[in-house]
Amino acid sequence: MTVSAAAPEPHVCLSGIRQVYPATQGRAPLHALGPINLDLRQGEFFSVVGPSGCGKSTLLEIVAGLQPPTEGTATFEGRPVVGSVPEGIGVVFQEDASFPWLTVWDNAAFGVRRAGLAEAEVKRRVGHALSFMGLNDFTSAYPSQLSGGMRQRVCIARTLVMQPRLILLDEPFGALDAQTRLIMGDELLRIWRETGATVLLITHALDEAIMLSDRVGAMSFRPGRFLEVLETGWDRDRDSKIVSDPSFGAMTGRLWSHLRSESIDAINTLGQKAS
Amino acid sequence: MSTAAWLRLALMAGLFLLLEIFCRIGAIDSRVMIPPSEMVVSLVSLLQTRQLAVDMLQTFGAIAIALLFAVAAGFAAGLVIHALPRLRRALDPFLATYYAVPLFIFYPVLIAFFGISVLPIIIMGFAFAVVSVIMSTLNGLDHVPRVLRKVARVHRLSPFSTVTRLIIPSVAPHLFTGVKLAVAYCFIGVIASEFIASSTGIGHAIAYAYSDFNNRTMYGLILLIVTVVITINMTLHHYEGKISRRMARRPAK
Amino acid sequence: MSRLVRIGDILLVLLAILACWQLVYLAAGDVAMAAPAPTLAYAFELLASPRFWPHIGETMQAFALALVFSVLLGLGFGLWMGSHRLSSEVGEPILVALYSLPKITLYPVILMIFGLGMSAKVAFGAIHGFIPIAIFAMNALLNIRPVLLKAGKTMNLSPQQIVTTIMLPATLPEITSGIRIGFSLTLLGVVIGEMFASKRGLGYVIVHAIEFADTQTMLAVTVILFTFAALSNALLLRLDNTLHRRP
Repeated sequence: MTVSAAAPEPHVCLSGIRQVYPATQGRAPLHALGPINLDLRQGEFFSVVGPSGCGKSTLLEIVAGLQPPTEGTATFEGRPVVGSVPEGIGVVFQEDASFPWLTVWDNAAFGVRRAGLAEAEVKRRVGHALSFMGLNDFTSAYPSQLSGGMRQRVCIARTLVMQPRLILLDEPFGALDAQTRLIMGDELLRIWRETGATVLLITHALDEAIMLSDRVGAMSFRPGRFLEVLETGWDRDRDSKIVSDPSFGAMTGRLWSHLRSESIDAINTLGQKAS
Repeated sequence: MSTAAWLRLALMAGLFLLLEIFCRIGAIDSRVMIPPSEMVVSLVSLLQTRQLAVDMLQTFGAIAIALLFAVAAGFAAGLVIHALPRLRRALDPFLATYYAVPLFIFYPVLIAFFGISVLPIIIMGFAFAVVSVIMSTLNGLDHVPRVLRKVARVHRLSPFSTVTRLIIPSVAPHLFTGVKLAVAYCFIGVIASEFIASSTGIGHAIAYAYSDFNNRTMYGLILLIVTVVITINMTLHHYEGKISRRMARRPAK
Repeated sequence: MSRLVRIGDILLVLLAILACWQLVYLAAGDVAMAAPAPTLAYAFELLASPRFWPHIGETMQAFALALVFSVLLGLGFGLWMGSHRLSSEVGEPILVALYSLPKITLYPVILMIFGLGMSAKVAFGAIHGFIPIAIFAMNALLNIRPVLLKAGKTMNLSPQQIVTTIMLPATLPEITSGIRIGFSLTLLGVVIGEMFASKRGLGYVIVHAIEFADTQTMLAVTVILFTFAALSNALLLRLDNTLHRRP
């Protein structure tokens, strides 16, 4: 009797995803995204890199259930993502989403408190997440007293407390300087290893994508499609020092060869602001 | 015209029509309000009288003078206060509570001092408006980006040039908002003062018509004020939009 | 810069104001003015005399009622208009125009509708106060950062939860600013109303004092009103700053 090892179910399955914005006065229909076909493996770290305006953020919102695709289906853990955000998905946004009227502690506890968890469990989880994100000294501070990077950590802590199995990040470090970004990248890897979650990261920074991910998808300008999906082959145990690895440069070159002309297209098209 | 503008017009027209119908059928007592169409007729005939011309000259003249002084003095005071941080911190609580106080209670004091003439009226208009100009000036100067002053030094501009070519254009949107408020406050200050105690002016004419049970004249004059205020407001609003769009610092999405 | 120096500076400005007052008195004489010191003393006397209390009571009663109406009307209109982009675009210029209108020109209409007495005063105060509250409430709703609502969705909050735990606290600072301004304007409306349509209340006392050339009473009551308005505004400003998390 043969026992075939079944291939593990993909954690997230995107098939035939398209996003088309209908025509408005003075503008033809905008084909923003697609077609996208992608499977995310359980526990993998996947980055999407592409020029501004290529639809990366739209893709993330479709996976999260914040936006419905015009065509195609997205599934999470076998169930279709439709209308609302499925339980088990956490999202970290590009803009600061910390609630200015709550302290750091209350911000982090927000999601689990609303879900009705017992206070003792809330304390345990929040304490762990805040300590993990290095926010122990700031638990009673308000976001307005913190720097941009710290506020992003608060948002990440708030997401972690919910114990998501899929973590979506939309250019979370966009507002930070390059060196802080590298350090935050290390922290993201720590989170990924400790939680065992699947991570989908949107970024425009090539080095960040290659350094952090198991696979990197290079996305074209509108309509956003994957030009190539690169396997980095890194160890799970990696950190920012990997930038000195010999293959790092080759991979960067490979991605850039796809993305350079896309970026030029993006600058030329988006350079004209709407009146 | 945008959808919103059309809807607004429709709303106003609808209200006008509703009032007209209610007045005509007697749902609103004719001693309380006359139909809007009659208000218009009354205003048109009033506009042909000499008395109204005199009153309008008085009122709008007082407003114009009060506005001029308020903007000039307010802007100058704002510049001075901004340059002296210690003075600013000391004045802060007073500026913040200025508009909390019913300023009209000082009008009787002014009359006792100057007698009933146009002077206390202009002073009231000025007093109402000047602090809003000061606060807008301070706010605008606060928002001049530090980098702009550094650019001035890199180009070796004289202090006068720095102010005229960089600071004033940079402050312009905030100043415009201040002037818009000042116009509103001058209107309120002057007309309300005329209403309370005066011998001439539109405010006085309204009060006189009221005490004389002359509803037609009274409503005609009220309509005049409402129309003038709305027109000036819309014009300023239109230009304010243009200025702030040009000066927007965030890139358009 | 130490707090003591700051308070000292503020007291200096206060003294300067009182000095100007004294100078004006010296220039104008007893006919038109009263000196600061006797006026302040008389103000305390008035506050202590039971004859005066009914007037304070009348004004405060009218003010409290008018404030309730201002807040209810203001929040009602403001939140309704702010919930849709279109309604706010239609309504905002109307509100702004009403704000600039000298509402005293509508006073005769109010008197004809409500007659002389308490309801006219309350109505007059309310029409002054509800406009800034409506404008601020409307803007508060429009200016909620969309990312906060998105964050709420990612945490699987129900629509009611999003309103109570995110929209409410997010709009509170702006609404408080509006109420602070509405507070002052409502007081203004009520006092002016009392100057014309009442036989009781602080506004009436002022008008009565003017008619009888009683400058001391007129100024004393003015000072009392001024102090009340300034102190309550300072308190509300503190609340405002705390909510906005300003130092």
